[in-house]
Amino acid sequence: MQNIESCITANDGMAGKQSVIFSKPVYLTGYVSIVGQKEGQGPLGKWFDEIIEDPMVGRDTWEEAESELQARTVSRLLEKSQYKKEDIRYIFAGDLLGQLIATSFGLEKYDIPVFGLYGACSTMAEAMSLASVCVSSGYADNVIALASSHFASAEKQFRYPLEYGNQRALASTWTVTGCGAVILSSRCNNAQNGRAIRITAMTTGKIVDYGVKDSMNMGACMAPAAADLIASNFTDLNVTPDFYDLIVTGDLGSVGKQIVLQLLKEKGYDISNNYMDCGIEIFDSAKQDTKAGGSGCGCSAVTLCSYLLGQMYAGHYQRILFVPTGALLSTVSYNEGKSVPGIAHGVVLECVNPAGKEAM
Amino acid sequence: MDEEKQQDNLDIVWNKDTMQKEKEQRFREHIRDKEQERNEQYNKYVNEVTPKPDSVGDCIKAFITGGCICVYGQVLMELLKKFNVAEKNIPLWTTILLILTSVLLTGLNIYPRITTWGGAGSLVPITGFANSVAAPAIEYKKEGQVFGVGAKIFTIAGPVILYGILCSWICGLIYWVLHTFGLIQI
Repeated sequence: MQNIESCITANDGMAGKQSVIFSKPVYLTGYVSIVGQKEGQGPLGKWFDEIIEDPMVGRDTWEEAESELQARTVSRLLEKSQYKKEDIRYIFAGDLLGQLIATSFGLEKYDIPVFGLYGACSTMAEAMSLASVCVSSGYADNVIALASSHFASAEKQFRYPLEYGNQRALASTWTVTGCGAVILSSRCNNAQNGRAIRITAMTTGKIVDYGVKDSMNMGACMAPAAADLIASNFTDLNVTPDFYDLIVTGDLGSVGKQIVLQLLKEKGYDISNNYMDCGIEIFDSAKQDTKAGGSGCGCSAVTLCSYLLGQMYAGHYQRILFVPTGALLSTVSYNEGKSVPGIAHGVVLECVNPAGKEAM
Repeated sequence: MDEEKQQDNLDIVWNKDTMQKEKEQRFREHIRDKEQERNEQYNKYVNEVTPKPDSVGDCIKAFITGGCICVYGQVLMELLKKFNVAEKNIPLWTTILLILTSVLLTGLNIYPRITTWGGAGSLVPITGFANSVAAPAIEYKKEGQVFGVGAKIFTIAGPVILYGILCSWICGLIYWVLHTFGLIQI
């Protein structure tokens, strides 16, 4: 198997034009996913840490509900990975709401320094990238990366009030209610079955705009960004698609999946054998009427923090390229006739043995 | 002589500069054209791979849904007749009852499900309009009576009201002009 360290082409971990290979190890030492009822009933249901039946999460408004999701996720994360909140140096977090109110009100009680991020639905990888940089550079020992979304608060902000009757386009997606969070640390203390997970590299995405204006077809808006990022990751790290056991995009859905595979084929890469999309996996689209699949920051975050990491610890995947994708639109930009640019960020997760060398 | 030479030199530099700039300009235009071409091709491709709704099936569903709402309206009218409501008031009562039904079904979260199935069949009638007013009222109640319900209740229905009034005003104007010149006698 190729070794990622041998791919460093520039000094100090800078690889290619937009990637970094972390010279000091970054370990994933905790992860939690909390989702809503519909996600719990989906195919990944048994993998989630907690399924909350009440869509309001015991609060009064949708925005508060999303904040509560974040708050509960952080509590559970600390509890599960046996950290005290004083151990956490920073939180990198984001959501989809205007001015990041879910994050502001969800995390205020923790008294931990916070960086609020907006990367549309790509936020989880953006948070993990920055958290990894922070840990690898030695400026933090334990950092939380977190992202959330809520179907009702997103629907209210980007589409129509919930009780308004309308028909969803076949290419549209269903925003996932859920919050996923990981702890990234400079030391490894949670090996499972002799396995630990390291963040070994990241590729930061550019804003890619192919002029698609249909906000009901976000898969098509984001697919060029995903293809661009995946191809850049291959060239920057000087690897081929089979370097990864799995390449996972965030929420391209069934339409976007088809497009991204085609775009990468045109660039000379065939990833159809080791490709997966969180949006397609999280719901059973035929039974749950979610059209093209799931979406939202929460979609990729909870899929990573349940099924994907679970499979990695179980030894099914050795190395994953995790690529959440975001559609950079607002209702204002859309109404003013702008196209919907996409962005994608990539993080490489790798199974290692606790001593820091590759497992197997 | 020296001055002339200098002038020549300057001219050359200037020419080089403009040529360079023109070249860059052409290059930028070229890139822009390429990008536009790429975007057009991509949009065409996206259009091909995006699933299209089944129009015939949707029309039939809409027809059935809309038809059911009309039948319900007719039933209301017949009932009102039975209860000896004055003939001229019956349409008014029917409208009010249709709106009431729609608002109740909206509050019980049943109306959106009807529309998910029936599409335009339940969007177009007056019940759809009532739904589009009741839904924001429920959603924005949390933001207060003034800035929530008050300001946002017509977020969906507002355009219909505004342009509806504008259209009736224009029609009225046309009617007035035609009537004044004796072109129509109604």
